[in-house]
Amino acid sequence: MTQRARNWLLLAPAGTWFLVMLLLPLTVVLVFSFGERAPAGGVVPAFTLEQYANLPARWTAFKNTMTLAPIGTLASLLIAYPLAYFLAVKADPKWKTILLVLVIVPFWTSILIRSYAWIFILGGRGLPALLDWVGIEGVRLINTPFAVLVGIIYGYLPLMVFPIFVSLDRLDKRLLEASSDLGAKPWATFLQITLPLSIPGIATGCMLVFILLMGEFLIPALLGGGKVFFVGNALVDLFLQSRNWAYGSAVAVTLVLVMLITVTIYMRLINRLGASREDVSIM
Amino acid sequence: MTNHNDHISKQAFMDELYRYKKGSVTRRHFLNVTGLGAATAVMGAAVPGLLPKPAFAAGDIGDRVILATWPNYHDPANFEAFTEATGAHVQVNVFGSNEEMLAKLQAGGSGWDVYVPTNYTITTYVSEDLIEPLDVSRLPNYDPSAFDPRYAEAGSVDGKLYAVPKNWGTTGYAVNTSHTGGHKMTSWKDFWDMTMDSLSGRTMVHDYQLTTIGNALKYFGYSFNSVDEKELADAEKLLIDSKPHLFAISSDYQPSMRSGDAWMTMCWTGDGKQLNTDIPEIEYVLGVEGGELWSDYYAIPKGAPHMDAAYALINFMLDPNVNAKEVLAHGYPSADAHTNALLPEELLNDPILYPAQDLLNALEFGAAVTLTDPNRAELMARFKSA
Repeated sequence: MTQRARNWLLLAPAGTWFLVMLLLPLTVVLVFSFGERAPAGGVVPAFTLEQYANLPARWTAFKNTMTLAPIGTLASLLIAYPLAYFLAVKADPKWKTILLVLVIVPFWTSILIRSYAWIFILGGRGLPALLDWVGIEGVRLINTPFAVLVGIIYGYLPLMVFPIFVSLDRLDKRLLEASSDLGAKPWATFLQITLPLSIPGIATGCMLVFILLMGEFLIPALLGGGKVFFVGNALVDLFLQSRNWAYGSAVAVTLVLVMLITVTIYMRLINRLGASREDVSIM
Repeated sequence: MTNHNDHISKQAFMDELYRYKKGSVTRRHFLNVTGLGAATAVMGAAVPGLLPKPAFAAGDIGDRVILATWPNYHDPANFEAFTEATGAHVQVNVFGSNEEMLAKLQAGGSGWDVYVPTNYTITTYVSEDLIEPLDVSRLPNYDPSAFDPRYAEAGSVDGKLYAVPKNWGTTGYAVNTSHTGGHKMTSWKDFWDMTMDSLSGRTMVHDYQLTTIGNALKYFGYSFNSVDEKELADAEKLLIDSKPHLFAISSDYQPSMRSGDAWMTMCWTGDGKQLNTDIPEIEYVLGVEGGELWSDYYAIPKGAPHMDAAYALINFMLDPNVNAKEVLAHGYPSADAHTNALLPEELLNDPILYPAQDLLNALEFGAAVTLTDPNRAELMARFKSA
């Protein structure tokens, strides 16, 4: 077997997967998006831009997603970084594995059940009752954008912690000593050595969280009470309630485009920050 | 439950039953205080005719049957009894709207054996060829003459039987009267006005176009089933205006009403009964302007993978003894005279289950057109994403 044939053979499983599971469905969605709603629901083939012309009716869903996804990503980053730093740099090596496992443990239970737990924590008998007890009255948490944000940070935190942990764990500690020997204060060392070297981890973590958040629908549905609507929720509605597959496909195609554009801009920014493209390991 | 052997008053029995259902007392406590523990043991042996009749050859219907149904709508003990009698496990999928059920069946491969469509959807299932005609000879427990025709007739389309009646009920609203400041709530006008006033942030509406749009239409006195563009535009404006005042848009409203987060919600009969039994200050109101009267049916979707088990389950649920237990558990009335003969009188006179005639007269059955009308579907989706 030639080297070339062997390469093709090895690529075949991934290539087939890519074709059947990604390209074909995307093509179907694209074709549907130019169709029309069938009388009883579903889609009839056509060539019309009507569905795309209707997109402004879902403006709020796009706005909510494009606001809460970046805020959620940033908030996860701010909370995850100190934790990852502690795990990678400060934690006693003999505890490290156990602490890392503790970060994963929540994944052993379905996000659905964990989000239900938050319904009770944020509901009237949970945190608000506690706040009421210490004198802060009338706080409403459940079914607000804040509740959705809390759910997002909670659900996605591990995805942010791990890439950052890996990049900090590989950090050569001698660089920190050198920096210190040359007279840099700890804060300066962090800004000039640790942070730049962990940018690949930050970039990967942000990308993972942001892309998944753009398609999120469960957390807004459960903790937003159907009032904080993401594009994901709009899609579920269009396919499962109003059965307008054509319009649903147009919204889906638009979401993919918005995501491609956002991620491209993001990659440019990261590159400018000094990390090379190869550092973002999921791309 | 027997008249000649009143160890426990009917009211006390119902109270104990609901306490047991809600898990606040143990099964042993329940059987002891009601005397049912001893009674069933004796009756089971002495009156075999009261036991569910196995109208199927046991053992050959497979090991499972998959049921698509609504929340809080069955007595799990009946499913256990079915499994014991037939060896088939009942897998339950719960849905929030008829639209969702239709969407699953249209997409294909639902894998359901039995589902529970509402009256106004059945003609669409027939025209879309998604529903199996029923073979009455395989449902020996089905006695058409025993059913109130109002709640049974939608099961037949063009003289062919597609679905047999499960329960019927109304769609009104439940309101926690400890928060209404003595204001007597009687209408859908009250519902929407209070939502945007003193109950702001505490009201829930269904995640279901038929009832949410329909009850907004009632605010203006329009038909619950309207598909008129101008009338729908009025309803949409009301919905959009009230949205900032809503606690949530969800068909699963019992948890929030029980926890006290929500004070008022659109509500179906059985949920109203369940809430009122446990928390008496939560009252069930039917709007004087009208609203929805509905009946649900058991049906078999085209291509059901376990057809024998599907017939066996429907037949089992139609057994009046089983059906009576269902009604006691979920609080939705049955249209079956045989079943009602087995129910305690309080339940048959309950104003939540059986509203006064003038309130009932104002109600409308859902119309088939609302299920497929693109404007209503899109209005609901716009309201949710607004």
